[in-house]
Amino acid sequence: MSRASTPETVSKVQSLEQRALSLRRHVLRMAERVGQGYVGQGLGIADLLAVLYFGEMNYDPSNQTWPDRDRFILSIGHYSIGLYAALAEAGVIEIEELDTYGADESRLEMSGSEITPGFEMTGGSLGHGLGQAVGMALGLRLDQKQARIFNLLSDGELQEGSTWEAAMAASHYHLDGLFAFIDCNNQQADGPPAKVLSVEPVHEKWRAFGWDTQRVDGNNIQALLSALDQAKTVRGKPHAIVLDTLMGKGVRSFEQREKNHFIRVDANEWSTLREQLESTQSDGERIP
Amino acid sequence: MSHIQSKPAGNLSGVTGNILSSDTFGAEQTADAPFGHALVRAGEQNQRIVGLTADLGKYTDIHLFAQRFPERFFQIGMAEQNLIGVAAGLARTGFIPFATTYCVFATRRAYDFIAIGAALGSANVKIIAGLPGLTTGYGGTHQGIEDLALMRSIPNLTVIDPCDATELTQAVPVIAEHPGPVYMRLLRGQVPVSLDPGSYQFEIGKAKLLCEGSDVAIISTGLMTARALKAVDQLASQGMKAALLHVSTLKPFDVESVLSLLKRIPRVVTAENHFINGGLASAVADAVVDGGLKVSLRRIGIPNVFCDSGSIPYLVKRYKLDTESIAAAALELVEEQSSK
Repeated sequence: MSRASTPETVSKVQSLEQRALSLRRHVLRMAERVGQGYVGQGLGIADLLAVLYFGEMNYDPSNQTWPDRDRFILSIGHYSIGLYAALAEAGVIEIEELDTYGADESRLEMSGSEITPGFEMTGGSLGHGLGQAVGMALGLRLDQKQARIFNLLSDGELQEGSTWEAAMAASHYHLDGLFAFIDCNNQQADGPPAKVLSVEPVHEKWRAFGWDTQRVDGNNIQALLSALDQAKTVRGKPHAIVLDTLMGKGVRSFEQREKNHFIRVDANEWSTLREQLESTQSDGERIP
Repeated sequence: MSHIQSKPAGNLSGVTGNILSSDTFGAEQTADAPFGHALVRAGEQNQRIVGLTADLGKYTDIHLFAQRFPERFFQIGMAEQNLIGVAAGLARTGFIPFATTYCVFATRRAYDFIAIGAALGSANVKIIAGLPGLTTGYGGTHQGIEDLALMRSIPNLTVIDPCDATELTQAVPVIAEHPGPVYMRLLRGQVPVSLDPGSYQFEIGKAKLLCEGSDVAIISTGLMTARALKAVDQLASQGMKAALLHVSTLKPFDVESVLSLLKRIPRVVTAENHFINGGLASAVADAVVDGGLKVSLRRIGIPNVFCDSGSIPYLVKRYKLDTESIAAAALELVEEQSSK
């Protein structure tokens, strides 16, 4: 099922693409200040964060403890650069604070934690997010709340056994208010998962664990919206949406790097990278 | 494999115990499943209390809560990392989760989840851990002999080793009302009643002086306090007055009470159902050093070894966790003092 291409949905997609561009600008701004960071992940996941924070989730930027809020659970703490961008864009934190990313005494840590507003828990020690997401989903259900849980995991993180403990529990308890996004960007610290420790076929694993499962292009806003629409029609099962994403998406030099798990860039190169982001967006070029 | 020493065949004529038997340590009075009953009562008072277990409901007495409040109970299966993770998630939606398993599985298997999932952000998770120290005849896999050391090292975490049914019963509603993560050792099944429920009052972070004396001090925690109480009687029959300080909260540690006792009596026996490293004895030694005291210390507890399997009475004697060992250590300290 896909959204009909009415003028309304076309404008929604365009507006979310603009948000995603804005998030990518924030990501570059943060990394440029400190000269390094998890830039590839931040750029790669910008489309999903734009869809969730500006097209899907119910939350109040000025009240992080609103009990009825949808919750975004960042299991992969090093993707914090992407979440800081979304939180700044949403008005949860000030955009100026982005300049403190990774700096001493900053609350915008390289691997994000719950000290930052908008962070529901501390990820980064991988394999923690989904279990806590299950607990939150159980708690919300006990309180008869409609709020949903959106958990972001990664392909490498699937090597952590605790993720599968949580996957079993979510399915056992029929947590259909729980949406897990698995970012398959094909990079972990020591290289591609296929070389480190194979995780594929990722979608078949989730399906076998009893989850409603889809696999989509995670850098396609329309595909993400359609996947969410589809998932919401399925009752009685948690939802896994496996995302194939391109690390460094939108900045050609990063997209083409072989090793981009953690990126360091010399000060004089940033202007070129910024230009790449703007030109990719203006001519609509899609890099395969 | 040369580094592994195999154990010689046992002497069949020496078989005396059943490792599966529940041992109440010769207690005159016991209470049935005090934790389970206390949690049901707390759950009746406070609707936010929920229960979880990792396939050990019947073995941690939380099955009583599950029967009373099935909708507020979550069976997590044999997955201790997830047990703590789910509990932390429930805490973050405003519930007060009591999660049960055995000490070994909670602390060894799920350490990172307790540290990061629960403690780092002070999530309101209560971890209730059975089979502390030598309370099971199973060997290294099941005996929680280093859990207090592991848990004491985690910031923000409150660590409790209750003495008996009286203290467990009192502690449940107290820790439910206490904001933040708690690790509490559990005594299950028929649990001895050693402390008088009429006069004893459990408080988090407060050591209790159970016996007044001047010849020697005993500082104990957990079920060792029951044995220490008997040791005090034995010493009294030999004309010695021992003071007994029961420290059920290992963290935060009641440094003030310990120092005030040891300033008066600089001779102390510590007694714990745990390694002599990293638990009560270490906390006392830290307090003594930081407080600038000069104290003679004897440590009753398990040396840094994996223990045998066997019947509990056998293990208690084998590793010198018995009343006689406490009394003997106290006697030694007094004699040492008088020979100076």
